[in-house]
Parts: sequence; C-alpha cells; structure tokens
Amino acid sequence: MSHLSERPENPVVGIPLPHESAALHVTGEALYTDDLVGRTAGALHAWPVQAPHAHAMVTGLRPEPAYDVPGVVRVLTAADVPGVNDAGVKHDEPLFPTEVMFHGHAVCWVLGETQEAARLGAAAVEVDYEPLPSLVTVPEAIAAESFQGARPHLERGDVTGALDDAAHVFEGEFEFAGQEHFYLETHVSLALVDEAGQVLVHSSTQHPSETQEIVAHVLGLPSHAVTVQCLRMGGAFGGKEMQPHGYAAIAALGATLTGRPVRLRLNRTQDMTMSGKRHGFHSTWRVGFDADGLLVALEATLTADGGWSLDLSEPVLARALCHIDNAYWVPNVRVDGRIARTHKTSQTAFRGFGGPQGMLVMEDLLGRCAPLLGIDPIELRRRNFYRSHHTTPYGQPVRHADRLEACWDQVAESGEVARRRTEIAEFNRQNPHSKRGLAMTPVKFGISFNLTAFNQAGALVHVYKDGSVLINHGGTEMGQGLHTKMLQVAATTLGVPLERVRLAPTRTDKVPNTSATAASSGADLNGAAIKNACEQIRERLAQVAGGRLGISPNDVRFEAGTVRGISVASGSISWDELVNTAYHQRVQLWAAGFYRTEGLHWDAASMRGEPFKYFAYGVAAAEVEVSGFTGAYTLRRVDIVHDVGDSLSPLIDIGQIEGGFVQGAGWLTLEDLRWDASDGPTRGRLATQAASTYKLPSFSEMPEVFRVTLLEKAHEEGAVYGSKAVGEPPLMLAFSVREALREAAAAFGPAGTSVELASPATPEAVFWAIERARTPATPEPGTDTGTAEPVLAGGR
Amino acid sequence: MSQPIPCTASITVNGDEVPLDGIAAHTTTLDWLRGRGLTGAKEGCAEGECGACSVLVARPGTDPESGAATEWTAVNACLVPVAALDGQEVVTSEGLGTSSELHPVQRELAVRGGSQCGYCTPGFVCSLAAEFYRPTRTGDGACDHEHGPNGVDLHALSGNLCRCTGYRPIRDAAFALASPEPGDAFAARQAEAPPAPRPTRIAVGGAEFVRPETLAEALDLLVERPEAQVVAGSTDWGVEVNIRGVRAPLVVAVDRLPELRGLTLAEDHVEIGAALTLTEIERRLDGRIPLLAEVFPQFASRLIRNSATIGGNIGTGSPIGDTPPALLALDADVVLASPRGERVVALADYFTGYRQSVRADDELIRAVRLPLPLAPVTGFHKIAKRRFDDISSVAVGYALDVTGGTVVRARIGLGGVAATPLRAVATEDALVGRPWTEDTVRRAAAVLAGEGTPMDDHRASAAYRSAMLGQSLLRLFHDHADREEVPA
Repeated sequence: MSHLSERPENPVVGIPLPHESAALHVTGEALYTDDLVGRTAGALHAWPVQAPHAHAMVTGLRPEPAYDVPGVVRVLTAADVPGVNDAGVKHDEPLFPTEVMFHGHAVCWVLGETQEAARLGAAAVEVDYEPLPSLVTVPEAIAAESFQGARPHLERGDVTGALDDAAHVFEGEFEFAGQEHFYLETHVSLALVDEAGQVLVHSSTQHPSETQEIVAHVLGLPSHAVTVQCLRMGGAFGGKEMQPHGYAAIAALGATLTGRPVRLRLNRTQDMTMSGKRHGFHSTWRVGFDADGLLVALEATLTADGGWSLDLSEPVLARALCHIDNAYWVPNVRVDGRIARTHKTSQTAFRGFGGPQGMLVMEDLLGRCAPLLGIDPIELRRRNFYRSHHTTPYGQPVRHADRLEACWDQVAESGEVARRRTEIAEFNRQNPHSKRGLAMTPVKFGISFNLTAFNQAGALVHVYKDGSVLINHGGTEMGQGLHTKMLQVAATTLGVPLERVRLAPTRTDKVPNTSATAASSGADLNGAAIKNACEQIRERLAQVAGGRLGISPNDVRFEAGTVRGISVASGSISWDELVNTAYHQRVQLWAAGFYRTEGLHWDAASMRGEPFKYFAYGVAAAEVEVSGFTGAYTLRRVDIVHDVGDSLSPLIDIGQIEGGFVQGAGWLTLEDLRWDASDGPTRGRLATQAASTYKLPSFSEMPEVFRVTLLEKAHEEGAVYGSKAVGEPPLMLAFSVREALREAAAAFGPAGTSVELASPATPEAVFWAIERARTPATPEPGTDTGTAEPVLAGGR
Repeated sequence: MSQPIPCTASITVNGDEVPLDGIAAHTTTLDWLRGRGLTGAKEGCAEGECGACSVLVARPGTDPESGAATEWTAVNACLVPVAALDGQEVVTSEGLGTSSELHPVQRELAVRGGSQCGYCTPGFVCSLAAEFYRPTRTGDGACDHEHGPNGVDLHALSGNLCRCTGYRPIRDAAFALASPEPGDAFAARQAEAPPAPRPTRIAVGGAEFVRPETLAEALDLLVERPEAQVVAGSTDWGVEVNIRGVRAPLVVAVDRLPELRGLTLAEDHVEIGAALTLTEIERRLDGRIPLLAEVFPQFASRLIRNSATIGGNIGTGSPIGDTPPALLALDADVVLASPRGERVVALADYFTGYRQSVRADDELIRAVRLPLPLAPVTGFHKIAKRRFDDISSVAVGYALDVTGGTVVRARIGLGGVAATPLRAVATEDALVGRPWTEDTVRRAAAVLAGEGTPMDDHRASAAYRSAMLGQSLLRLFHDHADREEVPA
C-alpha cells in the first residue's frame, strides 16, 4: 500500500458526514458572494448593454444618454481598459467587443447607484450595429467550414481493413444538444479596492487563480496586486471554470475607476444568454462488429459546437475523443475532431467535459445496432467490455477493468434485472398504450486533467498554540463537499477530532497558482496537498512527542486528539499539550503542502500517452414507463453501483452520484436549448433563456426508487487515503435512462425494432420515436432545432 | 377614495414589526428582505420557477375543521411586491431556526445530505416547513414515492428546484419529519387568527401601490385611474416586473377584497371568488369538481398556487392558461363587476384575441360560476416537457355526458392551440349523438387533431401539438372505457 493511500486506524475519513456547511445552508446563514453586498457600504451595481444581433459590427456607441438617467455613475467601455481588453486565456474574447459575436453579447456596462438605475442607464446607451451574416447551427458551420482551434486525430490499428472484413457494418449521423449549467447562483463578483490600491474580488469562481490573472491583465497590474476570494458557490458544474473571469474584470475595472465597491450579478436571463454551456456535438460514424457482436472498428468524426470563441473547447474535444470508447474494447479506431465556430455563447466546461459527448456517440450506436445484430443490448454491452490486459485507443492500460464487470454483475443481481425484465415483457404484452423498458449502461471515466501541468495543488495548514487547526487549500467549494472531505483528511492526518479543524475560504493570497477545481480532481489534488502539509507538522510534533514519551519518533501515533506510542506502556499526552510544548520548544506549527500527480504523460499532438491517474467505473440500470399517447415517461427505478475507491466521505459521495445522475438525465431527456435558427430578426437568440422555458429536472424526475451503492473493496492505490474522484463520472450513468426510453419505444413496434432517438429525448422526441416504431415509415416533422436524424446503413 | 392613507405600512418579519419605508411600488419582497440583511432567501430565476426565494406568510386557514385559523403558506418572495404584505407576518429560513438551534425541517435536511451547494436550501426549508405545519397533514403510514408515511405530500416542493442533490435526500428528509412538538411556536400561531388585510397606499417616486378596502373602492379607483395595473397574487405581474422591467404608475391589489373571496356551493351552481388562490380552491372544494381536482396538481407549483388566483388566471388572458381549458369544458361563466353593476359572460365568449377579452377597463372579475350537475366523464390532459410545474404546449379539458352508451353532451376546452383558449366545437359535434365507442372516438380524434392553429415554438412543434390533440381523445376513451372494451 502506498504512503498516500494508506489509512491509519480509526480515521476520520470514511465516516459519513453531512456537508460541513449544512447547518448554515438550511438556516440561510451561509454567505454567498451576492450576500456580501448588503455588508459592503456604497456598492455600485453593474448592468450590461446586450447586442440584439447574432453577428454585427459595432459602428457607433454613445454612452452620453445614460448619464441623464438619475443614479448612473459610470459607463464602462473599451477606452477605460488600462491593460489588455481581453477576458479569455486564448486572447480571443475581447471584454468590450467591437464585433458582436452572439445574440446578447455585452458591448459595454453601466454602473449605477442602484440596480434599477444601472438597468435604465443600459437601456439609454445608444449603439449602432451593422448586422453581418451569422452561423447558428453546427451543420451551417460545417457547410461553411467555419472551424476554430486544433483538429485532433486519434488512431489505432487498421480501421479501413477491419471495416472491410467486419461481419456487420453500420453507419449513422447523430447530432445532440448541449446543456445549460443552471447553477442556482448566477455569475457574481464584488470588487473592492483597498488603501494601497490592492484589488480584492469576491467571485463565484471555480478557478480563482485564473480569475486573478485575467483581472490583473485587464487592469494592467501584476498578479500580486489582485486577490480573488471564493467563499462558496451556489453550484458551478464547470460553468464557473472559465466564465467568471470577464465579469470579475468588469467589477474590478469599475471599482478601480470609481473608487467604490462594484457588484456585478447576472440575472438568470443575462446568465443564460451570455455565459457558455455544454457543447452540443454533431457526429458521423461507421462501426464494424464481428459475427459474435464484438466491436472490431470504429470510425467517427466529432464536431463540437464551440460557439464564438475557443474557451475550453480544445480540451473538451480532446476528452470527447478519449472517451468515445467508454467501457469497450475497440481494436481499430479512427476519430477526427473539429470545433465549429458558431455565433452562440462560448461553449465551455460542463461536468464530464466532453467525456459525456464522446461516450454518448458510442452508447447511442450500441443501442441502435443491438436490435440489428439481434443481440440483447445488455449482453452486447457486457460482451464488449475492456479486460485488464487491454489498452485504450490512446495507449493507456485499462487498470482495474474487472471492476466494470464487478459493478455490472452487482447491479444485475441486486437490481433483480433478469426477473424485472420478464415482468416488463409481460407488462408490455398486456398494455397497448404504455410500455416499459430497462437498460443497463457502464461508465469508465479517466481522472486527471489531460493537460499535465494542471495536476498540482497547494495547501496551507496552521496549528495554533491552543491546538486548533486552520486549513487553506486551493480548491473551491461549489456544493460538491470538497471542504468536508478536506476537513476529514486534515483531521485524519493530524489525528485530531474533526471539530478541532476549521477551513478558511479559498483565497489566492493564501495558496497561489492553483488549478481550477475541475476534472473531478479537487479531492485528489488538494487532499494530497493538505495531507502533505499535515504530515510535515506531524513529523515535527512526533519528534517533540518522542522526547516527552521517551520513545522513537517513528513509534508515535496520533489519534483522536491523543498522542501515544505504539505500546500502551509508553503512555500518552494530549494533542493540545503536545502542541503547546512544541511551541515553547520553538517548533514551526504551520506548513505549506504541495502535491503533483506522478506518472502522467500526454502528447496532445499525437493524442497518445497516459493522461489519467486512474479510471472511475460505475454501472446503472434504469427502468422507465412511457405513454404511447404522449411520449411522456416516468423513471420507475434506478440501481447504481459506483466505484469511488475507499470513500473519503460516503454521504457526500452518494450525494454526488445521485445528483450527477439526475443532472445527466436532465441533459439527455428534458433540458432543451433552443436557438432561433430562422432568418427572422431574432436569429441567434436563445429561445429558452429562463427557468420557465428551460426545464431542469424537478422532484418529479427523480427516480421513484433510487438505490445507489458504493463498490466495495475498491481501494485505489496511490490516491489520497485510497479514494477516487466522484464529481463527473456519475453524470454518464444517465445513459441508462436514454437507453431504457429507447427500449420502451421499441416495444411499441415489432420485435427487433431499432429505434432512433433524438437527444434530449423529450416527451415529443420519444413520441416521434414511438410513432416510427409503430409505423416504420413515419418521418419526424422538422422542429426549429433542425435536429438531424441518424441514418442506418444495412449490415452485411 | 383619493384621501391619502397615512403611511404606516409595516411587516412583521420573524417576529419583529418593521416599517416599510421608501419602498417602490414594484419592490419585491425578496429584494426588500435581502436589503435588510436577511439574505437566506435567494434569487434563482426571478420568475417563480425555482423557489430559492420561498418564504412563509401567515394566511387564512383553508380547512375550518382543522381548527387552524392561520396556515403558514409558502410563497415566492421574488414575485410578491413587498407593499402587498403590509400588515402581514412573514417568516424566513433565518426565522425558523439558527445553526445552533435548528428547526426540525432544517435538521432533517441537514443531517440527511439534503443540501449540497445550499443555494436552493432556504427555499426548500420554507416550502417544506409549510407542509410540516399543514393542519390537514395526517400520516397514516401509507406511502408512495410522492407521499410520505407522515402525510407529507411531495408536491409541496414542486416549485423548488435543486441542481445538486437529485432530490432523493430531500425526499427522505421530508418523509422523516414527525409532527410539530407541543409548544412549537409556529404551530401555536396557526391556532390564532391571521393578520387581517389592511388598506394600503404607498407612493414613492411617482408610482403608487394601493390596496383598497372594498370592491366599491377598487372599482372607483379603476374608473378614476384607467392606467391602473390590477394584481392579485402577482405571479404574472411579478414576472413582468422582474424579467421585462415593466413598471406601472399605479398598482391596485384586489387579492384580499372580501367580495372576491367567497365560495358558494348552491344547488344548481358553484361560485368561486376570483381572488381565491388555487390552493384555497383546491382544499375547499376537496374533490367536489373532479375535473378541477385533476387540474390543480398540474397547475404550476404549490408555491405559485399559494398566490395565484383563479380570477388572475383568466384575467391575464394567456392562450395557454391552465384553468380556462377545464373551465370551458365545465361551461363556466365569468361574473364581471363594475360601478354599473354586474354582468355575467360565458367564458366561451370572454376571450376575444391574444390576451384580450370583453372585460372593460373598469371591470373586475368578481367570480367564476360553474353550472351543476357535472358531466360524468371528465379529464384534463396537459402536455408539457416536464411532468409538473411546466407550461403546457397543449392542454385539453373534457366534460362529456355519456348516457346509455351515447354521448349526449360534450364540452371540450383547448389551450395552447390558438391565440385564446377555445372550445373544440367541431369535435364536440363529432361526438354528440353518437355511441361512445372506439370507432366514434377515432373519427372525433381526427377532427380534434385539426382544431385550432397550433404553432411551432420552443415548447413543441405544431405537428406534435396537433398529434397530442388527437391522442388526447383516444387517451380519454382508454381511461374511461371498461377494461374489456380496450383492444389488447
């Protein structure tokens, strides 16, 4: 067992604990960035002037009329920027654009004494636009060859030869939608300038260091002049990895120019029309199976809808390519990736980060091909699982592939899948107007940032003279329970009760140069850094304790606030007393910790290497019931077995699995981003820009029966206390819902019907799938998304 | 009437009476609370869809037999103008408990992992607290996935969105709640009378908020000030204020006018006061009108139904409007009051165009009247992306009288297929006088699929809307036909 993954006796990690802020959440005492505004005297409020065109040149901008509005203090324009007029890391996102690149793009910002004044001021600003032709859909961008960034290519084996020799070859096209993050807390920043000109920005950001860097470069300041703090976020899901920077920069710019605090909080409409979303993708594919239904070759082109700027589209696309295999061994693979440039919001990170999109292509084609192969989809999937000697198309060994089968068999058994499928068949035989379906799907998800440099983290741990402990780390809390886990790690490493440890808000002046809290890596990276800092302190204290107890420092043990020798006979002292003693011996009681993930390498150009520390595995079985009258459905039961290693915090981990699953089900079945692709005056406008038109799962979408189990004996060698990442992988367990809907729709048709299902599989989409199953010649009437329907070539 | 009412407006918040000074007519309760440092309630959507702003208001009890004169009622603070709460009592998540002394609802949510990011949580706490204190909540141990053994109806949370948890731990917390302990101050408060509505006049910056005391005063005011914006629960107006920046020089609140809050169960009709909320109607009718009982759970969310009134739902004139399709099927009349007196208009004749009606500027909807007896075969089919708390792409209300195997009378109301809610007259004709058989239904369904002029939009395609009309009648037949008549 490695040093990092080894647990001491009676550790605080592994205990199921509620979120460390739960009592503050439920009473409303927990503070979020916008809650600080009332505690900040004299704050100004910012409001954007949003362009009403998908693509246009700004030919004139007259802020003067805004100043006639009572309470308007300042209009911020490009002329006010002392540093670089850019809010992105790719230098393609001007903070104040002269070319409008999407409907709702903010061309300038108004500061007012009240939000009402800023709003009215923004309405008074006069802007002249020269409209330009726009590309709104991915097919439009493909036709115009409007691409941006890298064109990655992933290849292994001889695809052409394998397809030529395959017993069955199918091909298809599949376009599927993106997803709005809809964190309940919209983007918000509050900027203040202190007496020394230091800029402090409270920001709801997953990436404080990058927010700091962007603010600094917009203001023309060195990074040390800007501090970014994130108390906690009201949800983020990737949407606050890259997107907060520009809003923080606007607030900071306003604060430096006016000398007053500036608050920028987007309302929901502004947030939905301006901030990036999950990439929708277009895909074309050819797949070959042998006579036994084993995959022999896959050829695909994935086109991500990047929106107007590059943002994180390149790494998102790279992860999509690296996950198109999902859990399946495909000996011959050729995948090309492209990023469409469209006149939409800049699509960005969203839980799974391209992984879900790559895997959806595979799960969709398996669901469609299984009936054509005459193989039960549950059997087809299991038959094609990776085995432990296999490697991924990019060359990484699939360690612990046996856990796929372990999860699968456990779900099948505890979920009584065989018995229920018999019952479902009987139900379907008796009910002409409603049908049930049950599907199982696996997840294999690579953990680590593809970009190796990001796989590092820092922490700062203070032990005070009274024995109390304060920890800082570079990760941010967005509800995922990272801080809870970090408290457990610190208490475990120092051997103190949990209540002796407090965690301070994430700040760039405490831990510098941090990576985004993203890629599910927060606990792995920051936990190891905290552990490292705590170990430095513990080792110094062990020296002191060894002296006091008259034993070797190597034999000192720290547990539950007591420090003792291995042998009972050697006696013990309390943690508090030891700390006090150490202080008087002039021993340093604080430490900075650091961690870098070892053993990673990745060549982005050749798309080869071992970019992931390990894979997270999971399996879900979902059962749905679909109405033949409407296409509406209910999610009757979900069983999940998921591999989180040795859980650091089981209640938190189960919460992540359940929440991720429901969020994934929302993406695949309910959440419907509709952009106006017509040639009318509102072309490019997001038609679903509010909670009333963009529907998230509510309690009625929760599975009626929801059973989540953590895979046992799942110790992960080489990760902090044997645990595994959990943030993103469970989202993709929701493929089981989509596949169950496909099964249920197929049950309306003759046996062996292959069903094509749009994504999201809204009741309308399911209804058309049912209609096609009932009467195979029914085409889907066009909708305004222009969803392209897949076409299947025959087997041979 | 024009005499200024002295500005003594105030609200009792978490037990403290606080003056309402310097507020604008459009200031929402949410913004006002947050401005006072009560930041527990959050803005998630500003249109009453997410419930992050939910707070409790002391409202009149809906069940006299329960002994509760007052009910803690959860509402969306983002929609209710704070001026509308003059003289009322409000409790926020901060008022229910503190982190060192959690309320039972807070404790269950906290220990079971019911919060992750926590942003929606204070709203869930308030919605769930309202259900915790619901006087008619009696658990008999029977439960399903929407009803706890403790009598908790999960629909109490249908207006609260959580993006993190997937809801399971919230459901577990809701189903684990016991009854309020003896001595629970909030439970005790329910035994006392609720705060009476009081006349209000608030004028700041050239805009006024007025709550008249009587219907006569309200009607006089409408004559005097035709530009007045009439509001009841503000569930529509609040969205206009927040999302579209609409402001009005004069807002007149009619939701507590006693003349608009009657419920009459007569021999030959039921009269429902226009200012009764959907929740009040639902609980006081208690299933007496099965078609409406089918509508209520599908009408927005509990949070909205606690504020939204039936008069308001008709008055906004939405082409979708959840109650009009059902009310059309029930042959409802609208009672309009003006200084000239009252007139009765058939709902079928009420709507004249997109958000237009026969109601004059000086008229108020006083009541909705439903003739009795009720037709035996009824159904309400709402088609939407999400099962609950979504706006219909199509809604169909049915009231059919099938006697001796023959359809003798048919009323079908439609929403979402034209500029106004409308009757499916051609379909009705295709049914009446014919046998209630699959053959008749299939022919009539084809007619129904051609009713109205459905559009393509972000909710649904026109083709789906038409298909849903036709499917709807097949579904009604399937739901009402004897099982042996259904082809296997």
